[in-house]
This record gives sequence, C-alpha cells and structure tokens, in this order.
Amino acid sequence: MSETSPGAPFAARARGALKDAYLQEALGIATTKFIGLRRESFEDFPQGDALRDRARAIKEATLQQLDRHLERLADNIERLGGRVHWAATGEEARDIILRLCRDKGVRMAVKSKSMATEEIELNEALEHAGVKPVETDLGEYIIQLAHEKPSHIIAPAIHKTKGQVADLFSQELGGHFEADPEVLTKVARVELRQKFLEADMGITGANFAVAETGTVVLVTNEGNGRMVTSLPRIHVAVMGMEKVIPSMTDLMVFLAILARSATGQKLSSYTTLVRGPRQPGEMEGPEEFHLILMDNGRTRQIAGTLREALYCLRCGACLNVCPVYRQIGGHAYGHTYPGPIGILLTAMLKGAPSVKELAHASSLCGACKDVCPVRIDIPRMLVELRERLDTEKIAPWTERLLFGMARRIMMRPSWFRRGASVARLAQKPFVRHGRLRALPLFFGKWTATRDLPAVAEKTFSERWRELRRP
Amino acid sequence: MITCLGDMFFPEVGVAMVRLLRRLGVDVEFPPGQTCCGLPLSNSGYHADARAVAERTVRLFAGAEHVVVPSGSCAWMVKAEYPGLLADDPALHAEARALAARTYELSQFLVEVLKVSGVGSTFSGTLTYHDSCHLLRGLGESRSPRTLLRSLEHGELVELPGSDECCGFGGSFSVRLPEVSTAILDKKLVSVEATGADCLVACDAGCLMQMGGGLFRRGSRVRALHLAQVLAPEGLP
Repeated sequence: MSETSPGAPFAARARGALKDAYLQEALGIATTKFIGLRRESFEDFPQGDALRDRARAIKEATLQQLDRHLERLADNIERLGGRVHWAATGEEARDIILRLCRDKGVRMAVKSKSMATEEIELNEALEHAGVKPVETDLGEYIIQLAHEKPSHIIAPAIHKTKGQVADLFSQELGGHFEADPEVLTKVARVELRQKFLEADMGITGANFAVAETGTVVLVTNEGNGRMVTSLPRIHVAVMGMEKVIPSMTDLMVFLAILARSATGQKLSSYTTLVRGPRQPGEMEGPEEFHLILMDNGRTRQIAGTLREALYCLRCGACLNVCPVYRQIGGHAYGHTYPGPIGILLTAMLKGAPSVKELAHASSLCGACKDVCPVRIDIPRMLVELRERLDTEKIAPWTERLLFGMARRIMMRPSWFRRGASVARLAQKPFVRHGRLRALPLFFGKWTATRDLPAVAEKTFSERWRELRRP
Repeated sequence: MITCLGDMFFPEVGVAMVRLLRRLGVDVEFPPGQTCCGLPLSNSGYHADARAVAERTVRLFAGAEHVVVPSGSCAWMVKAEYPGLLADDPALHAEARALAARTYELSQFLVEVLKVSGVGSTFSGTLTYHDSCHLLRGLGESRSPRTLLRSLEHGELVELPGSDECCGFGGSFSVRLPEVSTAILDKKLVSVEATGADCLVACDAGCLMQMGGGLFRRGSRVRALHLAQVLAPEGLP
C-alpha cells in the first residue's frame, strides 16, 4: 500500500504528504497568504470582535429551537413554490436527488462549490446513475479534472501548484497552456460556458438559509453560483440542518465576518440570495426549486459533546492557521472535512472511533480557536474526544497503561525522584556532552530528529538543598 | 513551582529563577513533593488522572502567597484547567480558584506583581523571542517577556517572524506524530536562523526542549534559553 493511499494509516499518509514537494510549495504559499489577508481585514474592522460574539450567540440560540426555525424556513419556501425535502442521512439526501434526476429526465447537472454534496459523495452517485456532474467553481473544476477530492473547505485545489494545473489542463483539455492563473481561468470559463446552457439541473450547497424569508444564501467569488441557480430549469440546494438562521438581520452579522475570516474580503464578490423558483412575471430563475435539509448525524449533537461544531460556518480559517494542516494538507486527513474542525465534523458524521488517530493530529496550539469567527473551542473538544476514546477503551491498551503509570509517578514524589535516578543510570551509555542523540525503542521517535537533554546530574529538587537559605 | 521537565532536564532554569527572584527581594520557597502539574494527562484525555494530580497540587501549594511558574503551559494548566477539573468538589473547587488567582507565569509575575520593567542585567548579542502557545493564547501574554528582554543592557531584541506559530512540540504530539512535529519545528528554526539572533528565548520548558533539541541537531550556533537564564545568568549574584 502506498503511503498516500486513502486506506493507509493516518501517520503514513501524513509522512507521504511531508515528502510531496508540490504539496509543500502550494500549501505554504496559499496558507500564508490567507493568514495575512484575514489578519489585515480584521485589523481594519474594530467591530469584528463584537460581531463574532454576536454570531456565536445567534448560533447558540438558533440551535435551542432548531425545529421551529427549520419549520418556518420550510413553510416559507413552500409558500414561494419551492419543495423542501427532509433527509435523515446522507444516503437519503442522495436518493432524493437521484429520484429527481430520474423523474425529470436530467442528463447533466452543473454544480457550484458545496461541501455538503462532497459529504454525501454526490458526484459518484450521479455518475453511477448516468447523470454527468460538472463542477463550475474553478478549484472544484480542477480537482474534478484530476479525479481528486477537495483538500480545503474553501480552496479545494489548494494542494496544487499553478504549474500542475497548467499540465492538467493541457493533458485533459488538449493543447498547451501556460502556468498563468489568468490564462487558465479563461480556459476554464470557455469550457464551462456551454455546460451552464446545456445542464438540466443546478446543484448548490447553502451557506445560510434565512427562516423568516425562505431565502437560501450562497457566498461565492466567481459568479458561477449565479449561473448554476438561474440557468438550468431545476435548482437543488443541499444543506446541513444547522445552517438555518432566523432573520435577515442575523444574516448581516454573519456576512460581515464570513468572507473576512475566509479570504480577508469585506464581502465575497457575489452574495446570491435565492427565494424559491422563478415567480410569475420574473425574467429568470429555475422552473423548480428544491431544498434538501440534511441531518446526517447533526441533530443528535445539539445536546452532545460536539455541539459547538454545529456553529461552524465552513470558512476554512482554522485550516489555514493549523500547523498540522499547513504541513500535511487536507488529503492526509482522509475524510471530507480536513483540518482541526474537520476532525470534529468527521467524529460527528462518522462517530468518534473514526477519528481515533486524527484526534491526536493537533498540538493543541489554539490558533484555530483564535481565528474561528464563532470562537469554537476546537482544542477543548479535541481533548474531550480523546477522553472519550480513552474511557471507551478505543485508544490502544499500551497507551492507556503508559498514562496510568505516569499518573502513579506523578502522585508519588518518591517514585518521581527514583524515576530520575533510574533514567540517569539508563541514559549513561547514550549521553554525549549532556545530550542524547540516539535512543532506542520509543525514545527514538524523539531522537531521530532532535537532541534530548540528558536528565540532569542533579535535578532541581536535589539542588534545592544547597539553594535553600540557611 | 518547578514543573517536571524543569526539575529533570532544566534545573538551571529553576536555579536562575530563584536567583532572579531573590535579587528582586522575593522570599522563595520550594514545597517539596512537587512532581508534574498533570497537563500531559489532561491533554491526552485522561481527565480522572489529571484531576487526581490537580487535587494533590492544589493541596501542596495551599500555603503560598504567590506561585511562580517558569513555564506558560504549566501555569495555564493551574490557572485555566484546575478549577474545572475540581468542579465536582465545592471546597476543592474554591481552593483551586484561589490557587489559580495567585499563580503566575514568571514574566507575568515580574511585570504585573513586582511591577518591574527591567532587571538590570546585561546580555551581549541579539535575542529573538518565541511566543509559546499556552502563554500567548492561553494566558493572553505577549508583552511582559518582550518588555523584560528589551530592558537588557547591550542586548537587542529582534522580532521573530511567525513568533506566534507553534513550534510543533504539543506534548505527546511530538512523539505520536514525530515527522509532522519535526516539519513544524524545521519551519520555525528556519525563521529563527533568518533573524540572525544569537539566542532564542522562550518561557516554556516544552518549547525549549523541542526548539533547543532541533537547534543542537542542526549544529546551529543559536542557543535556546529560558527567559530566566537570560535575565539572571550564572555567575551573577
């Protein structure tokens, strides 16, 4: 099994990613850029902190009465002539779309970027059913051409260099294209224009849905979202149930911080508000509008330990600042949602045992919590996940034994002191100039790349006897 | 409070801290029987075990007027985590909160409690400072260490680009995912060396073990030192 294959253990995938020079180059440039843009945008925005608090409070309050808000949203959308479908699982959501495709004779669907449809692996299901899905977000278009998965929540092709994209386009579309983003974007535009006109169905996610007005909100930068929601005769939006917000006033709060957190923009280039299908007398818009409200493990967390993860706006800021993500990229995580928040979302969607290794893929540095627009305490939730893995004995028994021993030593000072003496004896053959450069067994995990200071000839406790005032 | 890594691997840091505090007129005591604050247990999710260690530590420091810790993460553990860990016992919870309120990371103690902005020491050369995650984001401290470092005569503080980024230590993370931990470290050390500084200063034993270990392995001329070692070098009274 190759190190990077999806079935390999997480540690092996991470090692593979570290050796991928293209990935390292592309990630380093992109995440550094995102961090700088976000920082600058909040520096010029003194009310940002208060708005973040308010956004968090709105999410908290909305979840308290999620059923009421969802019903109101559904009523309003039906009143506008749209159809609302309730999906308990990802499979149900997929089946609803496949049934629609069959009933309406859909052969091609254009998509704007949506993590919810990635979550339910919709493209594979559509292809299997004979429907051609076409991704129209540039990043998604690139990875669809490359037969890959997104590696970042908002920048799906972040792992690719422009040179790689040029090669991919040249190979897949025929021709020779320069590694110039402007040229490549024009190529994609030409390719996609015809698809928008040919498609029978447009599929999107939803950044928000406003209950009081029945409005589905899409935040995009390329204008493709508008084409997807207005040109094909059917528009299907797939959204996680937690995305509902009560009012348009609330929407303003979220819009003020979402793009700033994601790309450092005040607002994204396009904010598309969709209210049902084309109304009588309107010039554009689809004949049919369907909203799929998907649970897929979400509502059981309203009262669960992962509750805060339901506040997530999918801005990707926590990925950009995460030292682990910045080194290994999104694919190494092995699930739809990468990065620190992705570990929590994966636990939500697939259960805690599925993140047995990933729960430890964090140094708990807290940078994620710091930049999160709704201040999700990701490090604390990761530690709580680890606790669950320990108490439910999903963590390896060797590890549990080791930490049990550590506790015993910490509880008994005499053992602690004796531990230091034993270590001093044991390290003797390995000490060079007060340092350890190569240790056997488990300790080699440290000394393979770093020196370790030797246990001191005299520990502080031992030296205290002389330091103590007479 | 000297902390486990400080006791075993960096006793000179504790000694420098005692020297420094005494020079500033502080009466220093070292309650015997200290081991570890329990952070490694709590970080790995062993909360019941961490709770037992927290209870023990709270009792051990019951008599101290101020508790000074030369490590941001251990100070954070006491200040931010102990009260929550001991929330099930009202009496202990109250003691933990009181301990949290009188516990300080060294640089914070010097600047906030002793109100010093310099200690009158000299350092010849340039220094750069790494913000340890728990001190920076956990305790919200980035100024006190810099204030103290700027006060050094003949010393020059140069800012480390990305000083707020993790060094890759993360406790057991450093051996659970050693390659990732090292990749994060390498990036940090490249920035450190690019500053041209002679000395890299931090306020956390974990980060110093990681960054110091990496610098030695590279054969770098940059020394990793704790703030206390820079403020109160050996050989001075």
